[in-house]
Amino acid sequence: METKTPILEMKGITKRFPNVVANDHVDLELYPGEVLALLGENGAGKSSLMNVLAGLYRADEGEIFIRGKRVEINSPRDAMLLGIGMVHQNFMLVDTMTVAENIIMGMSDLPFIPDMEDVSKRIRELSKQYNLQVDPLSYIWQLSVGEQQRVEILKLIYRGAEILILDEPTAVLTPRESKELSGVIHHMTQEGKSAIFITHKMEEVITFSDWVRVLHKGRLVTVKKTRETHPQELARLMVGRDVLFRLEKKARNFGDVALELKDVRALDDKGLPALKGITLNIRSGEILGIAGVAGNGQTQLVEVLTGLRKTTGGTIRIFDEEKANKSPLEIINTGVSHIPADRIARGIAGDMSVANNLVMKCYRKPPLVKKGVLHPSRILDLAHRMIDLFRIDTPTPQTHAKFLSGGNIQKTILARELDACRGLLIAAYPSRGLDVGATEFVRNQMIAQSQAGTAILLISEDLEELVTVADKIAVLFEGRIMGIVPSSEADTEKLGMLMTGVKV
Amino acid sequence: MRIVFEKRKTLSRKAIFLVPLASFLISLLLTAMLLAIFNANPFITFAAMFKGAFGSWSNFTETLVKAIPLMLTGLGVLIAFRLKFWNIGAEGQLAFGGIAATWVALFWSPFLPSWMVLPAAIMIGMLAGAFWAGIPALLKVRLKVDEVLTTLMLNYVAILFAEHLYYGPWRDPKGFGFPGTPPFPEFAWLPRIAGRAHLGLIFALVLAVLIWFMFKRTRWGFELEVIGNNPSTAQTQGIKIAANIFMALLLAGALSGLAGVCEVTGISRRLQQGLTIGYGYTAIIVAWLAQLNPIAAIFVAVLIAALLVGGDQVQMMMKLPAAMGLVLQGMLLFPMLAGSLFTEYKLRIIRSKTAGPLSLARDN
Amino acid sequence: MTELIASLLAITLRAGTSLIYATIGEIYTERSGILNLGVEGMMLMSAVTSFATVYYTANLFLAILVAMLVGGTLAGIHAFLSVSMRANQVVSGLSITLFGSGMASFLGQRLGPQSNSGYLVGLVGSKFEPIAIPLFSNLPVIGAVFKQDILTYFVYLLLPLAWFYLYRTRNGLNLRAVGENPQTADAMGINVAKVRYIYTILGGMLVGIGGAHLSLSYAPGWTENITGGRGWIVIALVIFSMWNPARAVWGAILFGGINAVQFRLQASGTTIPASYLNMLPYLATISVLVVLTWWETLSKRVGAPSALAKSYMREEK
Repeated sequence: METKTPILEMKGITKRFPNVVANDHVDLELYPGEVLALLGENGAGKSSLMNVLAGLYRADEGEIFIRGKRVEINSPRDAMLLGIGMVHQNFMLVDTMTVAENIIMGMSDLPFIPDMEDVSKRIRELSKQYNLQVDPLSYIWQLSVGEQQRVEILKLIYRGAEILILDEPTAVLTPRESKELSGVIHHMTQEGKSAIFITHKMEEVITFSDWVRVLHKGRLVTVKKTRETHPQELARLMVGRDVLFRLEKKARNFGDVALELKDVRALDDKGLPALKGITLNIRSGEILGIAGVAGNGQTQLVEVLTGLRKTTGGTIRIFDEEKANKSPLEIINTGVSHIPADRIARGIAGDMSVANNLVMKCYRKPPLVKKGVLHPSRILDLAHRMIDLFRIDTPTPQTHAKFLSGGNIQKTILARELDACRGLLIAAYPSRGLDVGATEFVRNQMIAQSQAGTAILLISEDLEELVTVADKIAVLFEGRIMGIVPSSEADTEKLGMLMTGVKV
Repeated sequence: MRIVFEKRKTLSRKAIFLVPLASFLISLLLTAMLLAIFNANPFITFAAMFKGAFGSWSNFTETLVKAIPLMLTGLGVLIAFRLKFWNIGAEGQLAFGGIAATWVALFWSPFLPSWMVLPAAIMIGMLAGAFWAGIPALLKVRLKVDEVLTTLMLNYVAILFAEHLYYGPWRDPKGFGFPGTPPFPEFAWLPRIAGRAHLGLIFALVLAVLIWFMFKRTRWGFELEVIGNNPSTAQTQGIKIAANIFMALLLAGALSGLAGVCEVTGISRRLQQGLTIGYGYTAIIVAWLAQLNPIAAIFVAVLIAALLVGGDQVQMMMKLPAAMGLVLQGMLLFPMLAGSLFTEYKLRIIRSKTAGPLSLARDN
Repeated sequence: MTELIASLLAITLRAGTSLIYATIGEIYTERSGILNLGVEGMMLMSAVTSFATVYYTANLFLAILVAMLVGGTLAGIHAFLSVSMRANQVVSGLSITLFGSGMASFLGQRLGPQSNSGYLVGLVGSKFEPIAIPLFSNLPVIGAVFKQDILTYFVYLLLPLAWFYLYRTRNGLNLRAVGENPQTADAMGINVAKVRYIYTILGGMLVGIGGAHLSLSYAPGWTENITGGRGWIVIALVIFSMWNPARAVWGAILFGGINAVQFRLQASGTTIPASYLNMLPYLATISVLVVLTWWETLSKRVGAPSALAKSYMREEK
């Protein structure tokens, strides 16, 4: 196989975003008729690498060769003309149009008046050939998620794509649909097409792919033939290190149960089950870490705990009171604080001052407010104190929050939430994207808070953080807890396996 | 080579100040060119406009007469806009307030001591304006119906309703067919303080300060700011979004309703044609030029009113179209709209040579 | 009775023509995701400029061209502000209306001849005359359909063509995609900004013809505020047609028909129900909007283009 010329080569691809290097001189080769798996944690750079290939991002450095010829890909149209097509995680479909219309949309060689009957006929032929059953005349909004994915794949085949990029293709599928998808991919590769798929599920890597490339923090870590490796090795490579450093934590006695979940269930925005029976509890002073690749129910877990999402079953008890399906305000009033995953979108009001952002939780109570009138000097005093205490780097307390750096925005949120916290903290990815200093600061603050008796639910994708900070680690996979391990017994291999859906 | 907009790292203070100033100068320049094309001396014209608006006490009070409804509706619009609720229904809210005040002034006097008629008219007029804004607000927060279109449609309904009343059941039998209601009894007149400028001026000034205070210093205003700024954050912090938007829109409608009350009780002293001459739409311009600041809105309202009055004066003195004022307003807005981008973005020109091999310009 | 229907039909067609042009124009604009509230201003500007053209050149064809140019230019300003400068579309559109109505009024007092001290008001120019089609125009009841001016005849063609273009051609497909889901359209290789520019300007040109019809046929000549708020009615008509150009005819008939009925009522001396009758279309539009929105939560088939009034920029973090 190695003697074949690759259909696609990417050399030294580097993509920088303002605060982060998403891809750092990444190489990639793809051979005709083969399937390549891109494995990595969140933020490893898989999606941005593929977006470069699909023409959505421009690389800062590097070259791309198709069948040995150097090419420029400046737009999705260029990519399509070169036979590269991508199935995005969020489907690129127009709900109000038919399957056939979606498939031919934007094609450059379309006649001015497309013969829709002819188009439908070809779609039917292709869907038969590749076993992708879908009615060309139905509207997208009438289709299930699995069917919509079939439309996406058909769209690429119809346009003559030779290289298919699939971004987390099974994330939205039922097990049966996943099986069918594997059949489709197999069929396509037999016809000489090639596929790259982005995944974090070990099982898929093993069953789908011929080659696997592992990315870690924007860098290519390894290239392996799938049959020459094994899940343990890949898990370790994906997580990025063999040994986790541990802080010696003093043994502590935990208090009463602060948060107790029994068989909690919830749906995601598309109405699919996202939490499939979560049971766990946290005691006062204890930090429970939630490990897992994003998209396995973390968002929904945080939302049901903070009143932002309704549950469809189970009980949530906070300080021994039933709190499922209560409003966010009721939950805040029981003393729960929340560090949201998307700090810009949910954590701050960017066009308001840092001071106002700092008091966004405690403005309701005296002494900051009296008879509905705020007390600006007291707000400013409090803001000054928080800015000093949390070392928030802002020109003035009146500066708009959106102009702070990511780390200082997070410190602002942390200051506000810890200040208002009365016993339970829900922290989602509190150190994501922060520099070393800020990360350490955030972690220390959480440990200090727990020592003061707060129960903390810490969701993180950084295993080192979980092992360092948490007392126990629960691994979330496809809406279920795969296992709960005391952090003293956790190692990367075990966590990596659980995170990718392998039972240990 | 391609030109891209890049987000600034801080809000450009310079741009905040320079953009309106530059817009004003550009609009003067454009209008001057227009005048020159039509053989009018721009300097003399501008001077005449200025004199027409501010040149004498009576001119100035006429400017205030036009500024009062702009202030009140402008305040109503800016409250809604601060919540990202695109209320373009101030015109209808004004009309409905005017109708309700007329109803009180004409028909309640038998049941009320006469000193109470005017306060009652003000109250009922404000409630009517609030009601008229409450409908689209409710449709928006409950059913997610687009407010731009509903507020716009309701303008017509209110205006036509007013027309129906002064052409039909409320028409003055002694009016020789003039479209209008009978004049209000004298105790239902809003007192005038200077020329035709009435007590509405005081209302507007006090309300502007109160609204400024509300946004800057009260708990409710704080919550509204968070909602307008980032509804997701508001939701996460336990702030009730739907109820607050609805309440704020009631307030916004009440302000526009008050503008209508003042027009009928302070100026025409009856309900007649000419109540709705576009103040509600110009209010959007006022709110926007004031960058949604209630205090600034007062001054912008005077400026816009001056353009209108100045335009009228120019017509009389120089036989130039009064529409000059409208043209100037429009010319003022375009550079302002284009320029607002520069407070948050800056232009960057990228030459393809300096970029990597893959970053060639896309044909846009 | 048949005489009544025949005369209602005649008035409806005459009043409806300019509404249909402008409505189809605005439908195309909104289909690309751009809300242009400048219709009123654009109609006024094209009405005044096309009349001035006719007054001086007596060339109706040239006048229509000028109207399209003026409508297209104003729409182009809106496109520049909302697509390139990402300005608030509501405010930008209103500015177009404000500027357009002021400018039209200004020009109406300046473009006229010296002898009329610059005024266009009260002047007479050539106009589109009704052309009766032999035989057909003598048909009972529907005869009026075949006794119209050339712009109205062209509407008969425009309605099906505009529908066909939107739903059956490649360009129409791309246009709908841009208004519904610009991200997807972009990923499928459609240039979102270009499409939005093109259809905003094209829409402005059609609105321009609508304005010209007023001053060249419906009420020949120039009077202040010749549109009488038609520009705003157009915004309602777009909703009423559920963004489908073929349905623009129903809205125009409703609004035009109400005008006609009102004419009759006024002639017979009853004025009271007229205002209620006038309100009806606006209330109907609100109801349509509510039902559509509610419906959209059930199925996504109908309703406004999803990306209406939202600016689009490719996500590059």
